[in-house]
Amino acid sequence: MTVSKGYPLLKKVIGMAFLASMLSLPMLASAQLRIEIVDGVEGAIPIAVVPFDWQSQAQPPATGVADIVGADLARTGLFEPLSTDLMIERPTSPTTVGFGAWRLVGVDYVVVGRVIDAPNGPGQEIEYHLLDVNTERSLLSQAMPVRPGDLRFASHRVADAIYEALMGVPGAFATRIAYVVVKNVGTDDEVFELIIADADGFNPQAVVRNSEPIMSPSWSPDGRQIAYVSFATGRSNVIVQDLFTGQNRVVSSSRGINGAPAWSPDGRQLAVSLSRGGSPDIWTIDLETNERRQLTDHWSINTEPAWSKDGSELFFTSDRAGRPQIYQMRADGSDMERVTFEGEYNSRASIGLDDRYLATVHSQGDNDFRIAIYDRKNERLRVLSDGRMDESPSFAPNGSMILYARRDNGRGVLAAVSADGRVRQRLVNSEGDVREPAWSPLLR
Amino acid sequence: MNTGLRLIAIVALAAVLAACARDVRDEPVAPTAPGSSTTTQTDRIDARDFSDARNLENPDSLLSQRVIYFEFDRSDVRAQFRPIIDAHAAYLSANPSARVSLESHADERGSREYNLGLGERRGNAVRALLEAAGASADQIEVVSYGEERPVCRESENNCWERNRRVEIVYTAR
Repeated sequence: MTVSKGYPLLKKVIGMAFLASMLSLPMLASAQLRIEIVDGVEGAIPIAVVPFDWQSQAQPPATGVADIVGADLARTGLFEPLSTDLMIERPTSPTTVGFGAWRLVGVDYVVVGRVIDAPNGPGQEIEYHLLDVNTERSLLSQAMPVRPGDLRFASHRVADAIYEALMGVPGAFATRIAYVVVKNVGTDDEVFELIIADADGFNPQAVVRNSEPIMSPSWSPDGRQIAYVSFATGRSNVIVQDLFTGQNRVVSSSRGINGAPAWSPDGRQLAVSLSRGGSPDIWTIDLETNERRQLTDHWSINTEPAWSKDGSELFFTSDRAGRPQIYQMRADGSDMERVTFEGEYNSRASIGLDDRYLATVHSQGDNDFRIAIYDRKNERLRVLSDGRMDESPSFAPNGSMILYARRDNGRGVLAAVSADGRVRQRLVNSEGDVREPAWSPLLR
Repeated sequence: MNTGLRLIAIVALAAVLAACARDVRDEPVAPTAPGSSTTTQTDRIDARDFSDARNLENPDSLLSQRVIYFEFDRSDVRAQFRPIIDAHAAYLSANPSARVSLESHADERGSREYNLGLGERRGNAVRALLEAAGASADQIEVVSYGEERPVCRESENNCWERNRRVEIVYTAR
């Protein structure tokens, strides 16, 4: 069996590996999130990710590639990786896999592989194979390049490829999340940090730290920059920060509120909410020319803009009809219409794949705020979460999960729920009040 | 008006003002009965002289009260807080170099950016009343913190009431 080396993929992977290693330079380590599955799916796919053979001259890592891949798949709730202890044999190449034995232990798929030194230059390569136990055929054979010190992220890429081969949609493991953590809550030493971590919670880095509030992180479409709201000057400002150089600049500091930044899909504009006209309205700011354009003009609160995937439309929250609901308009402000009607309160839309699904902060009019998903095609709204103070929904870039913030015993924590409501995860942070998660785009 | 009636009117007014003088920062309810102590340190300060900067620190003066509380998802100022706002408007009017920042807040319910807007709406409501009562626009700045700066952190009504507030902060006296 030959190892296919798709060159477009190879290029893509090297680009991201470079970014990943850059990211760890100028920042401060922070406490790590741990992800626990609360609810999985009946009949999750049984899969064996056999420990990979370490053939590199470099020191083997504490956590191997297969462990990372298996944990990624398990976290979705859609897969049930076989425990290493239960593996009767540990093949590392497809030719030595005894399919009959795997069939006996009830495994549908087997992943085998090895890590070797890169044939040309530094770093390694992960060679791996995804095998179908029932047909005894290979579904995927690839070599994933690894930049020095970047084995975790390359392993997430392997998990992404396996997920895509079996589920038909790209995985979102080799992505990042941003969130705000507040430490020493309610004391004179209260400090707000903007954290970037891998999607599995590893490698958390504080990229901004301030005693004044930090809000509303939004990723640039290339994953290189973050826009957020800072009160560092005592008033709200919209800041854009480069994650690789650490440089930042104030993009908006008008009179009143400067909030709710949302990056346009082409990366050229930020949609924001500004109250310079007396009440919050949706504006766009051209990041190159700094040109501002007002899209709404209404005495009500208009905020939390979110772009459609093609950038032609904006969804936003408005209470122009009395209570907050989701509206949409064309990106030039024309053709405005109301989107949500069910429930007393729908706000802060996050847009899923194909713009079909919106996740919102939803209330029926009681004191409970939950994450709901609204299907624009069937005009159906469904409540997905079960907390009382759930907020800040953020779709995974593959549309599979929605990350959100909730309160557990008076403390802010992150949680995730699958878009169909069947899989639930809790992300546990060891310290501080965690809030406002934002899932990065797919990193290319 | 004869002297007796005038005296009664003054006593009645003083009672009302004393009633208003409870520290609403700790308890956001309508001012009720006056406390037992009245005028100990006010011998030389007239608590009702709202042009006098010393009253900003005088617990017997309305000027020492700086927090206006709101109902859920509402920004209209309830009647019991109007005397506080009128007192500060009188001070600002009498002291043109004085400046206030109206730090405006919401409770935790609902989304954060929407609550930023809601806080600002409350600040603007207080600003409008201050201006209507004689303060000038350039003396007042509204800064909304939304739900980011709660004074109380339990997810319950008592806490939410205390967090839905506008704090009148003097940046220049």
